[in-house]
Amino acid sequence: MTTATEAETLLGKPVRRVEDASLLTGEMQFLDDLKLPGMAFAVVLRSPYAHARISAIDTTKAAAYPGVLAVYTGKDFEDLPPLPCAWQAGGVENFVNTPRVLEIDRVTFTGAGVAVVVAENRYAAEDALELIDVDYEPLETVVDAEAATKEGAPQLHENAPGNIAMDWSVGEQDATDGALRKADVVVRERLVNQRLIPNPMEVRGAAATYEPTTGQYTVWMTSQDPHIMRLLMTAFVFGIPETKMRCIALQVGGGFGTKIFLYHEYVLVAALAAKLGRPIKWGETRRENYVATTHGRDHITYLEVGATRDGRITALKAKTYANLGGVLSTIGPGIPTTLYGRMLSGAYRIPNIHCQVLGVYTNTAMVDAYRGAGRPEATYAVERAVDLVAAELGLDPVDVRRKNFIPRDEFPYDPGILRGLTYDTGDYEKTLDRALEIVGYEDFRRQQKQALEQGRHLGIGFSSYVEICGAAPSAWIGAVGEGWGASMWESANIRVHLTGKVAVTTGTQPQGQGHRTTIAQVVASELGIPIEDVTVHIGDTQGTPFGYGTYASRSAAVGGVAAYKSVQRIKEKARRLGAHMLEADVDDVEFEGGKAFVKGSPETAKTIQEIAGAAALAYDLPEGMEPFLDDTTYYDPPNCTFPFGTHIAIVEIDGETGETALRRYVAVDDVGKVINPMIVDGQVHGGIAQGVAQALWEAGVYDDEGQLQTPSLSEYAVPKADFFPPLEVERTETPTDVNPLGVKGAGETGTIASTAAVANAVMDALAPLGIKHLDMPFTPERVWRAMRDAKRGGGEA
Amino acid sequence: MSLTRISVTVNGTAHEREVESRMLLVDFIRDELALTGTNVACDTSLCGACTVHVDGRAVKSCTLLAAQADGYAITTIEGLSSNGTLHAVQEAFREKHGLQCGFCTPGMVMTAVELLEETPSPTDDEIRTALEGNLCRCTGYENIVRAVRHAAEVSR
Repeated sequence: MTTATEAETLLGKPVRRVEDASLLTGEMQFLDDLKLPGMAFAVVLRSPYAHARISAIDTTKAAAYPGVLAVYTGKDFEDLPPLPCAWQAGGVENFVNTPRVLEIDRVTFTGAGVAVVVAENRYAAEDALELIDVDYEPLETVVDAEAATKEGAPQLHENAPGNIAMDWSVGEQDATDGALRKADVVVRERLVNQRLIPNPMEVRGAAATYEPTTGQYTVWMTSQDPHIMRLLMTAFVFGIPETKMRCIALQVGGGFGTKIFLYHEYVLVAALAAKLGRPIKWGETRRENYVATTHGRDHITYLEVGATRDGRITALKAKTYANLGGVLSTIGPGIPTTLYGRMLSGAYRIPNIHCQVLGVYTNTAMVDAYRGAGRPEATYAVERAVDLVAAELGLDPVDVRRKNFIPRDEFPYDPGILRGLTYDTGDYEKTLDRALEIVGYEDFRRQQKQALEQGRHLGIGFSSYVEICGAAPSAWIGAVGEGWGASMWESANIRVHLTGKVAVTTGTQPQGQGHRTTIAQVVASELGIPIEDVTVHIGDTQGTPFGYGTYASRSAAVGGVAAYKSVQRIKEKARRLGAHMLEADVDDVEFEGGKAFVKGSPETAKTIQEIAGAAALAYDLPEGMEPFLDDTTYYDPPNCTFPFGTHIAIVEIDGETGETALRRYVAVDDVGKVINPMIVDGQVHGGIAQGVAQALWEAGVYDDEGQLQTPSLSEYAVPKADFFPPLEVERTETPTDVNPLGVKGAGETGTIASTAAVANAVMDALAPLGIKHLDMPFTPERVWRAMRDAKRGGGEA
Repeated sequence: MSLTRISVTVNGTAHEREVESRMLLVDFIRDELALTGTNVACDTSLCGACTVHVDGRAVKSCTLLAAQADGYAITTIEGLSSNGTLHAVQEAFREKHGLQCGFCTPGMVMTAVELLEETPSPTDDEIRTALEGNLCRCTGYENIVRAVRHAAEVSR
């Protein structure tokens, strides 16, 4: 398949990143570093109330403050519609309420924007912000998604009775109920998958300029998908042609989902630039990031699982309350439906599945995709289900997994709830076997028993996950009725300049994943040139082909494949031109290792550099051939890809304090073929850290009045370096047959797998006390109380 | 607004400036001197992204006022490499993939440089403890620890 010789290919090699030098020296430009001539600074006033009517706003004092250019409220932007909700739950009615540029008469969460001050500098803007006087009439609040659906709960939106944004289902309810009735055992549990605050290290920001003569906007923003930002802002907010706006993402300092979405401030800076005729910049503070940027997870799930006495799972039923916040974020409803409900078969053959998802408005920050996005929630439910069944039947959780795994000879496998998509390839047991081998399972069980005799609580937890990446076949997105004008293909353009140096542009948008390196590896390997000769350009809608951006671990499996396809066509043209230059018959010539030559005579060859020069000069081209080596691909994948693996966590719980220490962490992932193992390892490490953090430390907590009780890094436990043991990461390699690179996607596996692994380990450690389930995070206090109550014989466990 | 006159040396260059008394050192470095390699990632002095060296000591530059830096010598990430040659710690971060998005990286590197100056052969536990004031959301710290260990090894 690949034409570069094995020795020359960079595919599968730990190539050092081309991004790093400029990041390590501080040269790389982030949004916060952007300075535009004449730039003024905008600061947003945010509601201190979670639910209130705005009766009056007095901006006079603020407007008179030295250095202030203007103060605006929601009424000044009444002509602009609310932001679009671009991915709604498919096949059902969605009762949509979204943020406005600034709220006009009502707020539904603390942090909602109600006014803006524009000043010569940030210090003056912040000073003036305190002088704005807003009269709020506080309303009753509800923050819990299940409580919000109950009779008598405060109602957030007129068009959403019971605070239901949508009521969506997947699977066969009657068959599932029937299978549950017939099951030898049924386990039931209420699982809380708590709210998380994503915390990319770079907070959000935006800047804009406007040219009145041409009506042209340029908007910079911290974004994972500048093309989508432009599409949403031009088509759905400003109502102008796409050509009247250019969107630019500079270096993006982590996103984890939060930078997929269109936020009100991005529209605001553009509108302000037009109103004031000056470049405008807005930059979030960390505190704003906590209340005004999207959160993740926040599910309450009632789970019922039926099984035979020997541990075969026959039915899985879930009813999930998905908290979506006070208004809907850009793709909020899509996450708990397509990416959660449709993934509830996990790695197992489960003949009967039904899931109902209620998307619920509450007086909290918007909830949308956070690393893994729906799949961590699904994996948590399924992997807890397996362990609950094992515990109920007194079976080893490893054996229950083996008994229910989809066997490797049953791929492609249709889980019945993916609306026509099938799991592509898999060998789930292999990852389990390898992980058990690394961890020394039998030996661990012996140690565990001995430790318990000494009063030490060791636990081991498993998570054998499967996830969905490589989004997505556009026809599937369209057919499911969830696209709402979007597709999911990806683009790449490759230009080989006269000197043989190559420029690649793509619509993907990294936030630390190293696309400039991995895409260059693909192109350089295929063309047989040094990686230094390939430059990857991204992040600017002017000059890159339309693309859908980077999220859901799609960039290699869709964007990388687009680049691969273009490079094949460039190689074919180079072969044909090479044949012409060699005065040989085209059929006799091949292109390999960066050269075109007559088969069997590689010593007489035309190099890609020579061919690129000939193509660019075009003095002597074959009949009908256009000048230049240039190709653009819009690649629409035929299927999604389904990475899998097994993660094992070992924990020790202090019987006195309830504190949980992570002793070992072993991950065996299978993400298909790997372009750069160093980068994939890094993705897995970071993902594991985030997933472990959900299990052990992190929780976004609101009080009953809708005040965030975890509003900064002081209260919200983003983990530190000394929270972790060394991470033991390995892989098996089962290529996908969906794309020619064989790659599946690796950006989220760690997060998807690890939360359940640690939760199962903690429950394993507590099992001797008779504790069957606790909700996350397993803080010392929660674990200590459970242990105390269990020892007393009863209580919450 | 009261102004204060300060003289500081940053990356070997002496600067005299009048600054607002309330201006943070990090804003002085970023906005007045246009050295934007030092990043700001929180408002509570908890993340460490803005770490610079003040007279050789790693300091979160959001915890000092510019006025307090009067008379001191400051080194930022821009001052660590010379003529395009990376410092051993920077080189080690690249070699061991100790950075992903790169936003925490300048602060992380400045803290690591101080650690290795004080403790040339740290244990992994010592590395993790030393980096406790610097948050990273991308790497799970695994490769950062390896990078610091590697820097220590090659510097020996």
